[in-house]
Amino acid sequence: MTAQASDFTIEYLLRELTPQVLGIVARRFRDFAAAEDAVQEASLAAAMRWPRDGLPENPRAWLTQVAFRRMIDQIRSESARRLRESEAAMEVEQFGAPLDAARESEQDDTLILLFMCCHPALTPASAIALTLRAVGGLTTAEIAHAFLVPEATMAQRISRSKQSIKESGIAFEMPTGKEREQRLRAVLHVLYLIFNEGYTSSVGAQLRRGDLSQEAIRLTRIMRKLQPDDAEVAGLLALMLLTDARRLARTSADGELIPLAKQDRALWDREQIAEGVALLSATLPKGSVGPYQLQAAIAAVHDEAARAEETDWPQILALYELLRRMSDNPMVMLNHAIAASMVHGATKGLELLDALQEDARVADHHRLDAARAHLLELAGDIDAAARHYRSAAAKTANLPERNFLLAQAARLSG
Amino acid sequence: MKYILMMNGTKAGFAEYAKWSKKDMEANVAFMHAFNKQLKEEGVFVAAEGLGWPDQAKLVRAGKDGTPITDGVFPESKEFLAGYWIIDVESPEQAYKIAARASAAPGPGGTSGSMPIEVRQVLGGHSDLGL
Repeated sequence: MTAQASDFTIEYLLRELTPQVLGIVARRFRDFAAAEDAVQEASLAAAMRWPRDGLPENPRAWLTQVAFRRMIDQIRSESARRLRESEAAMEVEQFGAPLDAARESEQDDTLILLFMCCHPALTPASAIALTLRAVGGLTTAEIAHAFLVPEATMAQRISRSKQSIKESGIAFEMPTGKEREQRLRAVLHVLYLIFNEGYTSSVGAQLRRGDLSQEAIRLTRIMRKLQPDDAEVAGLLALMLLTDARRLARTSADGELIPLAKQDRALWDREQIAEGVALLSATLPKGSVGPYQLQAAIAAVHDEAARAEETDWPQILALYELLRRMSDNPMVMLNHAIAASMVHGATKGLELLDALQEDARVADHHRLDAARAHLLELAGDIDAAARHYRSAAAKTANLPERNFLLAQAARLSG
Repeated sequence: MKYILMMNGTKAGFAEYAKWSKKDMEANVAFMHAFNKQLKEEGVFVAAEGLGWPDQAKLVRAGKDGTPITDGVFPESKEFLAGYWIIDVESPEQAYKIAARASAAPGPGGTSGSMPIEVRQVLGGHSDLGL
């Protein structure tokens, strides 16, 4: 084994063990925030020592032991400061040496961790950062690098997230009933956001190995193991696989965006498409169809067309009809309008977009202008199409997208 | 999403600033230090820099063979960037709130400066897939 390969193995092992060890420590000390710091420190210590000294016999017990020691040191120094009494320090000893027990609750622990990190009390950016560190086992530096902010800023963001959790009094325990259902949706949304960040970013969002979308897929796979019977978990994983399969075809070598219709489909990852389709086919018949499954089904229809012209648009339109009934999301309406124009003509699509113009959530969004430009071009109104491409370009905050939209306008004006 | 908050001023504005009392200057500097520290603690700080004064500013163009041709004569009305912050926030509203805090930096005589802050989004590679 080369040194590099062994570093690679160690990193993956550490990231796999992080939520397990954190679960044990948080459960034992009933202090998630401090436990999270202790586990990160233990993990950094392991990353230094294991490549040099070799793997310990039981890596998980090693990490747990080190994290426990940090916790006890911290409690000791705190109680020494606060109480100056030897008794308190003695009491701490009761926690004793960690056992490599608690295996039966390990799966629950990871799930509880996800529920905590994705708690609705946190803002999306906080939840994302905390999830990547506490469950994904990434270092603060890696997360900071992916989001192109200084490490100190990311450290503050993570520490403030943990403070919010502490202040909200969220206990390290499994939510039940309706609460559990809501929290599960929140976890899926955060995983989706992590994926989105990685998939659509042309700069940043790169981790030392792989990227954020691969990390989101890894975490969603874990989630699927924990909740094998939840159709939306499977739906989200399928959506990620089926979307990520097009990654290589999505941008040119210079980082230019290539729209779906123009992508070189030979570059699509067939294996990943097959996995996504199989997962979806096994899930859809179970009955409780949700938005992630429908989005995945739409992605699958695109992925299964050998050429853009062979895309089954009536099928996609039918899926958007279903999706539209399920969620009041203007982006869904927008995509629905595009699908409708592919089936019934651009005029129909433009009518649907007119209705969206009244929706304050999307009226000023660059996507609406871009969709209108596309449909106007199909309808043959070239001048208006160019105008809307330019208007979309002025509104987007995404540089490759702006270049793409300006190129569209230039093509029509040329 | 990242935003840049820019403080701009004319040459006359810079000249006026140079005449502030020591106390006013110190209050302003202390405010800026505290403000930067707050942004770091809030987990939104990306970068902040103050720039040299317009007296030293040069416009540079490429001449023949790419040799620099410099020009330092600017109209009085031209605005110069005095300094900027880059912040990473979750909404434009959050960026505006932070800009308003910067705008409230103390001016001469202990008054609130209420200086204008130009807020512009920094383009990134990120975009929402839209679910």
